[in-house]
Amino acid sequence: MDAAAGQPILEMRGITKQFSGIPALSGVDFRAFPGEVMALLGENGAGKSTLMKILAGAHDRTAGEIAFRGAPLELTGPRDAQRKGISIIHQELNLVQDLSIAENIFLGREPVTRLGNLDWKALNAGAEQLLRRLGVQASPKTRVGTLSVGQQQMVEIAKALSFDASIIIMDEPTGALADAESASLFNVIRELKASGKAVIYISHRLKEVFELSDRVTVMRDGKLIGEVATSALTEDSVIEMMVGRRLTERYPHVEVAPGPVRLAVDNLESRYTHRASFSVRGGEIVGVTGLMGAGRTELALALFGALARTGGTLSLDGEPYAPGSPHEAVSRGMAYVSEDRKQRGLLLGLSIKDNIALPALKQFERRVFYLSDQAERAAARGYVEKLAIRPPREDQVVRRLSGGNQQKVSIAKGLITAPKVLILDEPTRGVDVGAKQEIYQLINGLKRDGLAILMISSEMPEILGMSDRIMVIHEGTVTGMLERGEATQETIMRLAIGLEGRQRE
Amino acid sequence: MNKDLLARLRPLIGLVLLSVAVALCSSRFLTTSNLLTVLRQTSINVVIATGMTFVILTGGIDLSVGSILAFAGVVMATLLGTEVPLIVSLGLVLLLGAAIGAVTGLVITKGKVQPFIATFAFMTVLRGATLVFSNGTPMPAGDGDDAFAFLGEGYLLDVPVPILLMIAVLAIAYYVLRHTRFGRYVYALGGNEEAARLSGLRTRLIKTAVYGVSGLLAAMAGIISTARLSSATPTAGTGFELDAIAAVVVGGTSLSGGSGRISGTLLGALIIGILNNALNLLNVPSYYQMIAKGVIILIAVLLDRKTES
Repeated sequence: MDAAAGQPILEMRGITKQFSGIPALSGVDFRAFPGEVMALLGENGAGKSTLMKILAGAHDRTAGEIAFRGAPLELTGPRDAQRKGISIIHQELNLVQDLSIAENIFLGREPVTRLGNLDWKALNAGAEQLLRRLGVQASPKTRVGTLSVGQQQMVEIAKALSFDASIIIMDEPTGALADAESASLFNVIRELKASGKAVIYISHRLKEVFELSDRVTVMRDGKLIGEVATSALTEDSVIEMMVGRRLTERYPHVEVAPGPVRLAVDNLESRYTHRASFSVRGGEIVGVTGLMGAGRTELALALFGALARTGGTLSLDGEPYAPGSPHEAVSRGMAYVSEDRKQRGLLLGLSIKDNIALPALKQFERRVFYLSDQAERAAARGYVEKLAIRPPREDQVVRRLSGGNQQKVSIAKGLITAPKVLILDEPTRGVDVGAKQEIYQLINGLKRDGLAILMISSEMPEILGMSDRIMVIHEGTVTGMLERGEATQETIMRLAIGLEGRQRE
Repeated sequence: MNKDLLARLRPLIGLVLLSVAVALCSSRFLTTSNLLTVLRQTSINVVIATGMTFVILTGGIDLSVGSILAFAGVVMATLLGTEVPLIVSLGLVLLLGAAIGAVTGLVITKGKVQPFIATFAFMTVLRGATLVFSNGTPMPAGDGDDAFAFLGEGYLLDVPVPILLMIAVLAIAYYVLRHTRFGRYVYALGGNEEAARLSGLRTRLIKTAVYGVSGLLAAMAGIISTARLSSATPTAGTGFELDAIAAVVVGGTSLSGGSGRISGTLLGALIIGILNNALNLLNVPSYYQMIAKGVIILIAVLLDRKTES
């Protein structure tokens, strides 16, 4: 079948990328053909976006070659890639909110009149034409900040089209689009195909992939798994390629007789969560998983009083619980350990002791508001020993610790208030293998102590290995709650992609 | 570690070098009476800058302190003309300052206005209110009231009272920042507000309180300066917010919050005070003093940048 196709316009061979020594891509081959849509699939962190950023000149590669139109391609940056005919629509929006649609589309390459003035007529006419092609009704003079996220995404797409590139990369372009907008995007994609452009399409929505693409490239853990003609694939075979990893790491699951329900959530609503209902028992780990942007962290923040709830009821140990702030949540016995320990978890400039003690300073207060340094130190040392934080010096500034040890400090900080419910958001992100095992042992210890644990994670083996039950979220909706026995990588992936479980709404 | 130590010692080294240089240039510098004069002149700035240190440690700024000083002065002068007992008047004026600061804090936290803008607005409003209140003319304060005058002109054990008040304020501020929950919260807030919030700290309350402290100390500075001059001038304290910020910055406290020390603020204020004193002793016109102050601030900030990188 491949032989029948034309020559690829793009061939990436052996692409390797390391971020400060840690491999993100290892030896990936990737091709794109003119007049075809190549879908690029893989789990969170499989390396899709990294590969595309290399192609679009946003990242340098550590090793490997790129051939474009049969000649070696070296890029000096994103602008260079654009000039050479490679255009990318990023997952995140990159628009200037205070400028108009037309100004955004032609930012940095505005048409000028012979006198050197900005040629507003040409600017707006050019934008108008692009918008009409995409079926967008808005005037090109509209300020971007007033548009919906979906419309802004359409502006990004219009901007990418305006380069008249020969390769157009679309990274999750339909994430924010309404159905009608998606439909007009698909029409444009078909037009692009017909005019001989190569489209690279990244999406978690398998339906779109089957509808649009000619071939599928699957990546996993920074490696190429395979390139297959879409007509030769089924949904099941794609999912198998995406998740078919052997469970090599050991996850020390422990059996604990679950206690009474500690946290009960009934029809929780927020801007990012729709009618979520579930409960967590003492001595139980409920794993929470889903694709990036599914709203897992947002769910946790709503439970923690850090994000406004718009509906639903919560209870904690049978008592009504309606936190208006994290302060209230903490005083009621909740703790949240953030996925982003540097930005939202730790005070990097302070010591291990000051970090761990911060949420519970009141218990170290003596007469005339004097904080007992000794008592703080003793408490901190207890955690340093229990969690094997290294170096074992409470005065060490947290900034200088390794990722794993920072994470342990972050967890200790959550534990010092003796919570009933502990929410761990990506507890092992950016942590080396040894420290991971220690953190798993620690979490199991907490489970034995009767804590109710909600563990958010993108790592499938971790979720499968550690959880007693697994909750899967797709676009803010709980699409499934699986028992430990019935969960497999495939069932989870189907729920995470939204192929199943919608009926449970 | 060495870098931290160097950063901590820098204001002290600066102060010593400056003092030695001034002492070599003028024999009048190292006399008890001159040093006491420097300290007394610096005391008002130190009191204000102490409050400013709290604010800057949280990553904020307070431009309203000079106006609070003047406003507190005219209110104090008015109260002195009534039957209200002195101790009650003093308490009321301090409370007024704290309340103004707390309201500013609420505008910043609840109204989500940037500290620069919020305190700038209060600076303007209060200056106007002071001028209205006093009809734009200086008000006599405490003529014949020895107890009030004592706060500005008195001596205790041969030390001017403003200096003793300054020392008391510094001691309390040191204790609060170093040994209390509130102090730790101030550093936490400046270090990482989101992490502080997710740790269960009441970040808005803490921030509001910090502006309250700044307002209270600015009002106290207003009392001292009114007592010293025996009159409340509606234009008093103009530009004092910048002197206070200068002292804090020269003292090594980071304008982005989270790190700094009250001892640094004292040293910073002394550096600026001694510089002014030296230029006076050497008969340098006051215009040059502004240039010198600006240059000192630049040097301090540039040196800070260098050790950070």
